[in-house]
Amino acid sequence: MSEFSVELRDVVKKFPTPEGGEVFAVNHVTMQIKNGEFFSMLGPSGCGKTTSLRTIAGFEWPTSGEIYIEGEPMGHRPPYLRPVNTVFQSYALFPHMSVAENVAFGLEMEKTPKQEIKRRVGEALEMVKLTGMERRNPTQLSGGQRQRVALARSLVKRPKVLLLDEPLGALDLKLRKEMQLELKALQQEVGITFVYVTHDQEEALTMSDRIAVMDGGVVLQVGKPVEIYERPNCRFVADFIGETNFLDGEVRAIDGDRVTVYIPRLKDELVGTKASPVRIGEQVVVSLRPEKTRIIENKAKMGNCFSGKVLNIAYIGSDTRVFVDLGGVSLKVWEQNKISTLDPEAYYERGEQVWVVVMPENALVLHLG
Amino acid sequence: MNPHRRSPLVVVSTALVYFFLYMPIVVLFLFAFNSSKTNILFEGFITQVGPTEIVSGNVIQSPCGPFHWFCELAKNVEVRNATRNTLTIALISTLTSTIIGTFAAIALQRYKFKLRTFSEVSLYIPIVIPEIVMGIGILVLFSQLFTLLNSALSLIGDSQLTLGLTTVIVSHIAFSVPFVALVVRARLHGFDQSIEEAAMDLGANELVTFWRVTLPTIMPGVLSGALLAFTLSLDDFVITFFTTGPGASTLPIYVYGLLRRIVTPQVNALSAVWILIIFVAVFLTQRLQSRQAY
Ligand SMILES: Nc1ncnc2c1ncn2[C@@H]1O[C@H](COP(=O)(O)OP(=O)(O)OP(=O)(O)O)[C@@H](O)[C@H]1O
Ligand SMILES: [Mg+2]
Repeated sequence: MSEFSVELRDVVKKFPTPEGGEVFAVNHVTMQIKNGEFFSMLGPSGCGKTTSLRTIAGFEWPTSGEIYIEGEPMGHRPPYLRPVNTVFQSYALFPHMSVAENVAFGLEMEKTPKQEIKRRVGEALEMVKLTGMERRNPTQLSGGQRQRVALARSLVKRPKVLLLDEPLGALDLKLRKEMQLELKALQQEVGITFVYVTHDQEEALTMSDRIAVMDGGVVLQVGKPVEIYERPNCRFVADFIGETNFLDGEVRAIDGDRVTVYIPRLKDELVGTKASPVRIGEQVVVSLRPEKTRIIENKAKMGNCFSGKVLNIAYIGSDTRVFVDLGGVSLKVWEQNKISTLDPEAYYERGEQVWVVVMPENALVLHLG
Repeated sequence: MNPHRRSPLVVVSTALVYFFLYMPIVVLFLFAFNSSKTNILFEGFITQVGPTEIVSGNVIQSPCGPFHWFCELAKNVEVRNATRNTLTIALISTLTSTIIGTFAAIALQRYKFKLRTFSEVSLYIPIVIPEIVMGIGILVLFSQLFTLLNSALSLIGDSQLTLGLTTVIVSHIAFSVPFVALVVRARLHGFDQSIEEAAMDLGANELVTFWRVTLPTIMPGVLSGALLAFTLSLDDFVITFFTTGPGASTLPIYVYGLLRRIVTPQVNALSAVWILIIFVAVFLTQRLQSRQAY
């Protein structure tokens, strides 16, 4: 038995375009998904998440490369012979069957004895808290309930891997948050490998053991949520996950992890931490997370302290969002409101002269691109 | 003023439409019970039950009472043959054209291929082509083909290929397929293909997926298409006229033959029965189409 549940080796999927060209929906993707892992594919619309998932499920065959499930190469094996099951974004429930019939379908295909089908369907519905809804038609269910039926229908087959394509996409925010927790709990309970597709970075961060960030058919970074957020390996990942500020510059000196970057906009040098290998003289970008950047009223006797002017302030209760003009760049700084006061003095004012400081470990030096 | 007040104009014109639509049918039904044999004037109902008695061209007593002409009809061997032919043709052509039309609709819906638009348009064109043109076309095709085959296979006498039941069935299939395809296509519009993928994902192969998921979902469309094909086949005169041969007369052809000789109330009785059958078929079609399926 393989260490990996699912493995993509150099998978390419090309589609012909109506104009006669070709589009690389998946472009030389290599990924290893471990047993029992909650693995997310995250990326903007059109980056190839669905296509990757569909090649694993067998609805599409890779143009080149190979997919291994449980160490076995899948080749051109049809979906019904693969030990994976899919939860579709549209749920894809059978409209002419009741909830129980929907869930039983997969077991009937396996020629499971009637008694056992009945028992397992009951168990599956209980797991997704739908007991008592067996006789209903999918049209008589709410979005969240349909979602659960789709989940039960796949889980009842006890697949090695469950593939989920934006399963919560159609739900409202509140229900989505609830289902995120439920799904995660369910995954831990059944111990099945989940491959989860989403374009919602918060969802991916909350639920996943590891995340693959994709763009334009390419996997940019694979890592734990904390790694992806705290140590993005390129500008795109830093930008896509959470909010950040970018300052363009040129590498002047390298000392271990510390990199000194000259920022033309600030006419000053900034010391940061390298997140990926860089060379002296290279054009780079420095990423400053708004919540890890500080504003002070007087110049401090330390490095990475830059003068600026408050452009705008937005009070949002827990935070104050301050926009500072820093040499022509609008820099976002999130200040936590740690003191409860109505005193206007406690907050910044528009046009105020301030200083922005950032610790070297909070300034990430990234490749362009 | 009540905005939902019915305009008298609308009421009157609707009434007129119904009047002109249904008066002929009412008259036709009435004359099916006429005591006169000539079918020109309504001479009253046949009131007495007993052995048939005819007085100066009027039937005044019959074993079937008012249903005299229906009984006559049932005894008529030609009518029985024509009915049998009509139903045979309708059943076989409906079954075949439903299968072909359904698959054609699915193929058009699903696959992108070269000449797809062309295939689609050419499938529907027979619907708008005048029937008589189709009829002549099919006739010419059959006669050319048969002449060719007969001489090529040197068939003689009874074994020669001629027009008959088979040619009628084939041509009925030909004109029904576009209608079935059109109806099924409408049903397929918006068909969520991911339910087929879901079935395959859950372990059903292509065939099982079709039987268990695709077909049940589009069944209302398929049934409507089949009933449409059935009624079209029952009704058809023009194309049947061109493609039928000796001994393969259908009801419309038979009625037409009768009319050329003498119009007896038997024709009315036959038409009455027929209209009832078609009413039922159309009613069923409507029921199936309007049944809000999923
Ligand atoms: N069947 C297809 N034919 C042609 N192009 C396709 C096909 N499927 C996907 N593509 C293209 O491949 C690229 C990746 O599509 P994919 O559906 O995988 O994106 P995605 O990451 O799932 O996006 P989203 O978040 O919007 O669902 C897109 O540019 C898309 O236009
Ligand atoms: Mg997608």
